[in-house]
Amino acid sequence: MLEIKNLHASVGGKEILKGVDLIINDGEIHALMGTNGAGKSTLSNIIVGHPAYEVTEGSITFNGQDLLAMKPEERAHAGIFLSFQQPIEIPGVSMTNFLRTAVNERRKYLGLDPLKSTDFLKQMREKRKLVELDSKLVNRSVNEGFSGGEKKRNEIFQMAMLEPTFCILDETDSGLDVDALRIVAEGFNKLKTEQTSAIIITHYQRLLDYIRPDKVHVLLNGRIVKTGDAELAKTIEDKGFDWIKDEAEN
Amino acid sequence: MTHSEQQYIDLYNNYSEVIKAHSAAVLNGPRDAAFRHFASMGLPTMKKEEYKYTDVQKAFSPDYGLNFKRIEIPTDPFEVFRCNVPNLSTLLYFVVNDLCYKDNPHLKDDNGIFLGSIKQAPEEVKQTFCGLYTRNADTATDAVTALNTALAQDAFMVYVPRNRQLNKTLQVINLLHSKTDLMVNRRVMVVLEEGADATLLFCDHAMDSVRFLATQVTEIYCSDNSRLDMYELEENHILCTRFSNTYVSVGSDCTVSLNNITLYNGTTRNTIRVRLEGEHSEVTLNGCVIADKNQKVDNNTLIEHLVPHCTSNELYRYVIDDSAVGAFAGRILVHPGAQKTVSQETNANLCATKEARMYSQPMLEIYADDVKCSHGSTVGVLDENALFYMQQRGIPSDEARMLLKFAFISQVCEKIKLEPLRERLNYLVNKRFRGQLSKCTGCSLCK
Repeated sequence: MLEIKNLHASVGGKEILKGVDLIINDGEIHALMGTNGAGKSTLSNIIVGHPAYEVTEGSITFNGQDLLAMKPEERAHAGIFLSFQQPIEIPGVSMTNFLRTAVNERRKYLGLDPLKSTDFLKQMREKRKLVELDSKLVNRSVNEGFSGGEKKRNEIFQMAMLEPTFCILDETDSGLDVDALRIVAEGFNKLKTEQTSAIIITHYQRLLDYIRPDKVHVLLNGRIVKTGDAELAKTIEDKGFDWIKDEAEN
Repeated sequence: MTHSEQQYIDLYNNYSEVIKAHSAAVLNGPRDAAFRHFASMGLPTMKKEEYKYTDVQKAFSPDYGLNFKRIEIPTDPFEVFRCNVPNLSTLLYFVVNDLCYKDNPHLKDDNGIFLGSIKQAPEEVKQTFCGLYTRNADTATDAVTALNTALAQDAFMVYVPRNRQLNKTLQVINLLHSKTDLMVNRRVMVVLEEGADATLLFCDHAMDSVRFLATQVTEIYCSDNSRLDMYELEENHILCTRFSNTYVSVGSDCTVSLNNITLYNGTTRNTIRVRLEGEHSEVTLNGCVIADKNQKVDNNTLIEHLVPHCTSNELYRYVIDDSAVGAFAGRILVHPGAQKTVSQETNANLCATKEARMYSQPMLEIYADDVKCSHGSTVGVLDENALFYMQQRGIPSDEARMLLKFAFISQVCEKIKLEPLRERLNYLVNKRFRGQLSKCTGCSLCK
């Protein structure tokens, strides 16, 4: 599904990624771990096409398409979704209007007619329940006045509405209490199919207790230095990153 | 004397008798004096602080035609004009150029309410008009007011006597309709007696693609305990220039709200002067401006608190796109003794491109020591993070920009109390941002 080759990238002239190689097949979940500043969020921002990040070398293909040549909205239409680490507040733009536009733009790309208003609202109601998002929040402006946990739940709600095939969860677990974490993770699992893939960026094992990764990668200083199975995350939880750093240096 | 000024001076010298002969008699009183004021002042230059951002000389320099002989345009506006605010049942009047349309209905009713051309007003309404005409619209201090007073030949009069109310919104459509470049000089007076109540909607509309210059002077007199809710909606085209001066005097215990919406125009200059003369009154000024291409919109307001215990609220929001220029100068003047004044003034602006320009001057002048006043101004650009967030959800960049601009302006549209207008405005603003309002939507002639 997603193939990253020798990716180098910088932001504001500073090189962050120094040669990342990663292949994610259909249906796979990969966890991406690493110290602060290792380049995890940079990698996710590059995949979704954030204009502040510059790719200096390498390539990314998504289902055979050259991803780096696509606009952010085209990547979204192709099925890529990022659950933002810090979701953005958009005063004055209602959740309903925002999502209706987003859903119908994707449908347009897929050659489908816009969703009828009643069908759209019905879908909103159903998907909202998945992450137990209060109906009052859906009537507000996008993320405005949402608590930290509500914002994260809102990300998964949007994921449910847009039905992407490739998701990136960028520290979706940070700032969540245990109940909210369970709701968000279970919501994600319900949406997951055999065709959908994901990158889960996290610092903690607890999210991976709910969402079991097929592979765990450790990103240090702009490179993937270690790859393992779900057990690797548990080892990191116990021992930290120092031993991996030592391994990488030797 | 510049060419711009001289042509109006020559015009008046040559045609003053024609103007007077074809004018409503009540407008002839201050005419010569107003002309003398104009001739001695001349048109303001951009060196004058109040007109720093509007080139009046340039606006008045083309050789516009005028219709001094009051030749009726053979058009039935009721036929050609489709109201842009459906679901709003109104008392509908037309002013075609600066002529009150001859077949306007419901001129007067049994309650003593009068709406329409001052020419057709009963004698007592004419007397009221004469007593107030140019009282607030001082021809000695503003050249545009002076010129309008010298040239205007008819006035639209809204007269609501004591304790009466208009049971429907009065809608006046100012149609601009001409085959050649035209200057029009409109005059409006609104008199609300004690306890009177009125909702007024003025819509500007240009029907032909020629240059129009419209001057308009509106005098509003609100007696004690009256309520006025007034809206002005400009929906013209890029070749139109509008100079509107509004003078409002407010008695005690009044609620007055004035809402200026510039949806589309070439050059707009709105001047509003409000005098709070009686205690416990509340005045609200709302403004909403959308300008793109090379449009220019300049709102200049003054609210004077002359007495204690009054409240004023002012909110103007602009979205400036392409290489358009916006200007806002809002001055709140709290006179000595006007204690317990509560006043808030906000001007928020969005410049959507690097070429867009906004000049904002919120001003507070306070000469009393027990007041609560605040003012603020912001000029910002579209939030790049919000744009990217929307794009990541599949909303194309142009659409995302449109949503943000719409969100920005909707915060002032929400203040509109007249519900059908509020709903319609959302539709029109949306259309406007999509570039579908470059020509007027209301009249069948354009289709």
